[in-house]
Amino acid sequence: MTGPEPVSGPFFCGLTSEPILFNLFVSQTSVHIANIGIKNDSVERGKTMAEFLSLHDAVARYVEDGATVAMEGFTHLIPFAAGHEIIRQGKRDLTLIRMTPDLIYDQLIGAGCVKKLIFSWGGNPGVGSLHRLRDAVEKSYPHKVEILEHSHAAMACAYEAGAAGLPLAVLRGYVGSDLPKVNDQIKFIECPFTGERLAAVPSIRPDVSVVHAQRADRKGNVLVEGIIGVQKEAVLAAKHSIVTVEEVVDDLGATPNACVIPGWAISAIAVAEKGAYPSYAHGYYPRHNRFYKEWDMIARDRDAFNDWIKQNVLEAGGES
Amino acid sequence: MSNYTSAEMMTVTAARALQNGTTCFVGIGLPSEAANLARLTHAPDVVLIYESGTLQTKPDVLPLSIGDGELCETALTTVSVPEMFRYWLQGGKIDVGFLGTAQIDRYCNLNTTLIGDYTEPKVRLPGGGGAPEIATNAGEIFITLKHSKRTFVDQVDFVTTLGFGRDGKGRDGVPNIGKGPTRVITDLCVMTPDPETKELVVTSLHPGVTREQVQEATGWEIRFADQLETTPEPSGKELEILRELKERTDRHHAGD
Repeated sequence: MTGPEPVSGPFFCGLTSEPILFNLFVSQTSVHIANIGIKNDSVERGKTMAEFLSLHDAVARYVEDGATVAMEGFTHLIPFAAGHEIIRQGKRDLTLIRMTPDLIYDQLIGAGCVKKLIFSWGGNPGVGSLHRLRDAVEKSYPHKVEILEHSHAAMACAYEAGAAGLPLAVLRGYVGSDLPKVNDQIKFIECPFTGERLAAVPSIRPDVSVVHAQRADRKGNVLVEGIIGVQKEAVLAAKHSIVTVEEVVDDLGATPNACVIPGWAISAIAVAEKGAYPSYAHGYYPRHNRFYKEWDMIARDRDAFNDWIKQNVLEAGGES
Repeated sequence: MSNYTSAEMMTVTAARALQNGTTCFVGIGLPSEAANLARLTHAPDVVLIYESGTLQTKPDVLPLSIGDGELCETALTTVSVPEMFRYWLQGGKIDVGFLGTAQIDRYCNLNTTLIGDYTEPKVRLPGGGGAPEIATNAGEIFITLKHSKRTFVDQVDFVTTLGFGRDGKGRDGVPNIGKGPTRVITDLCVMTPDPETKELVVTSLHPGVTREQVQEATGWEIRFADQLETTPEPSGKELEILRELKERTDRHHAGD
């Protein structure tokens, strides 16, 4: 024999037995999920692929007023097109989660969509402040926004815990920081094995996560390349997910260890060409650093901001 | 060599603090400028790591943001953000965390959260980002920032990131914690924490800078070391490489 023996006999599960095994798997998984207190509707079981929708329809279906929404992308692949669609549809009272609110949440906050913000670093990277965020926090304009702030490490762990179906994340963090004094979602627990004092934060379980990626194949499998941030964790942690992509292709061209999110783990795919602009999509277009600098002037002034939103978002149409 | 700015003096001095082969978790802005200057001069094998997940990166231009494409394209590999914080930082793989800050006090506590009261801030700053855990999970911390009464304050308004606590004892008895800040580099001088009290002490004045200038720019009565040194001037080579780096960077970020 030069190769491995063909798998046969009792070890081989032929086509006919697959559905039974599949059912068994689902049933065990459901029991497990019920045990840790996650609603069964948190994952849409039995789906075979993501639904291809227009961006308008995806946002209309999955982003409800009052929802908890995570729009992720760590400087890279920020889902701006989806953010603009949320503004156009006039969504209100959102709880927004994002490690770095960036310009996208500055815009959503300034446009009055946001009730609460959960974040870990709220600046314009390399430029300065997010002036709409500051105006909301300092002067309650356009209205008061409640904030809950973490460190990056805690939020990254909280997304990971959300994806892992756990109620909390544990980290060696917040030592000596005042953040636990102003955020009641930061607690400390004792390691049952070593006695070490460790920080604990609740896992992140958004109603809907929205991320942008380079491309999807025709079955809705998504490839994320470059700085992958917490894209995968955000999608897997959420009840529903929208992934906007630059394009849909026949073959993802993914290498074996690439960051691929299977279509059956995603609710909706929407094509949004240049959907991460003015952030960037690795391999497609670079970060528009000059716009990030220009945003500082636009966002400093309420009227300049409102004009910008009117011209570039509200009247810019978007797709139907 | 005497034709240089105080900002260049600061960057060159901060760069010299990094040894070749060190693994350094780099903050954006001044720390990133210094760390890359080190890599382009005396420390070609310094390992630069940014919180966006880019590991062992060698950018040709300085990144504007912590996640510029340049960082990923020139990295050995790029990992997810949870992996970066959990395996590489919390896992103890980082020798030096290099941070900037908006406010610092005599015990090196850093404030990047806000000025004023938390519920009604006068000025809202970006927040903690990676710093709270970089400061405690990296082996030691270098801090670089411009020296002024606005930044060097008697008491920070908020301890975003632990230096040595309000009393200098914030790390005492805490297991699995790094040494904390070991040097602070400004455009006027170099400071290190007193080995016992952890209070910052000026150990080296930059050429031409007086004690009075440092005191004038510091919000508390700053101590000076008995053996006060003069920081070595930048070399012509360091200045040339720094200026080229900044020119490349400005050209790059001015474009579309």
